[in-house]
Amino acid sequence: MPTFVYMTKCDGCGHCVDICPSDIMHIDPTTRRAYNIEPSMCWECFACVKACPQDAIDVRGYADFAPLGHSVRVNRDEAKGTIAWKIKFRNGTEKNFLSPITTKPWGTAIPKLADVSGPSQEMRDSELLYSEPKYIRMDDGGLHTLKSNGLKLKKGVYY
Amino acid sequence: MINVNPFAELSASVPPAVMQTFVIVMILLVAAGTLFDIIHKGSAKYFFENWRKSRSKGVKEVDGGEMVSIAVKTGLVDVLLSGEFCNARRRIAHLLTMYGFVIYVVTTALMIFGYPTTATATPTILPQLWWIGGLMICVGGYWFWFFIRVDVAVEGGSPFRLMRADLFILSLLASVTLGLIWAYLQTRGGSGATVFFGLYIIATTVLFGSVPWSKFAHMFFKPAAAFEKRVSKADGTDNLPTLTRDDPEQQKRHSMELLRDAPADMGLGIKREAPRHY
Repeated sequence: MPTFVYMTKCDGCGHCVDICPSDIMHIDPTTRRAYNIEPSMCWECFACVKACPQDAIDVRGYADFAPLGHSVRVNRDEAKGTIAWKIKFRNGTEKNFLSPITTKPWGTAIPKLADVSGPSQEMRDSELLYSEPKYIRMDDGGLHTLKSNGLKLKKGVYY
Repeated sequence: MINVNPFAELSASVPPAVMQTFVIVMILLVAAGTLFDIIHKGSAKYFFENWRKSRSKGVKEVDGGEMVSIAVKTGLVDVLLSGEFCNARRRIAHLLTMYGFVIYVVTTALMIFGYPTTATATPTILPQLWWIGGLMICVGGYWFWFFIRVDVAVEGGSPFRLMRADLFILSLLASVTLGLIWAYLQTRGGSGATVFFGLYIIATTVLFGSVPWSKFAHMFFKPAAAFEKRVSKADGTDNLPTLTRDDPEQQKRHSMELLRDAPADMGLGIKREAPRHY
């Protein structure tokens, strides 16, 4: 369930751009509001949804309860240390959850992104996402393929 | 310099009636531009249709008294204190620019209509406020333009990349900066005052004449949007979760054991730091 932004609620503060581990939350160059540039690359960690101080980011529900009248909304109350979810299904069923926030302080998670040097101008101008070259092995012998991994495709399953 | 009414000095070369007509034309341009914007974009139509639709879906009735209280809160917090901004630097820059603009425009109008010539002595507070207002706009505006705006601060873009969305802030900054330079040169009797006055008039005309294409009209639309946002929260149409830790029933839940000894106010969390870890 990738995320999306209500453009009229976003005030362009940049918290989602800052926190997105997949580097897909960006600022629209025309409207200067945040948007998810590539929902198919969304990890669905919902860090942006929780970080948004304006409640402007929501979750696009899966097909079993989307798109008719569904809603998935979250309120991350840092002062109280809780995160609350309200899921409204398309048949009207409503589910409410309340849990403690378990986010670790900045710089304590692994990998320690606080220690990673900032991107170069060339990286900023590139169409590639953060870590994309590494994850698809563009900088380590090319793309993974069935052949390079000694695999064969049988009946749609890798053996 | 700061105690002199620059428009009274100008009356030696430009008749006060011309200056007064220019101010009235600018006011008319803003009014006409805003009306054109509303009709062309259909924003008011959308707003009221959305308002009717949302209110009919509300899970809680918001009575008249509550509506008045929401309107007062919107006026005080969202409009007068720019409370919608979550970034403290943006909020301060906006407050400087907003109040600077109000002071600057009001004192300009008072000096042009009340004390148009040197024959009537201008109270020194008026030009002083005019300068203070102009400088407030410059501090807030240039700070925003070069350091705070999101595509520079968060995306690492160049502060010199221009686009139509910048029309308002740039024409405002150009108008005020050129106006202050003109007033300074005119008082000192230096050359170039006429050139800067011409540029000041062009920038001011662009600022007030470009309302349908610029962000100028946000000063009328934003309070309405802020009011709607507060009402939708009050009547439940925004679908936001309502469960909180204040509820004793929720405190008994197994998952809440982690927070049993936690203080009621745990601080700012992510808002503690400016978003600049990209």
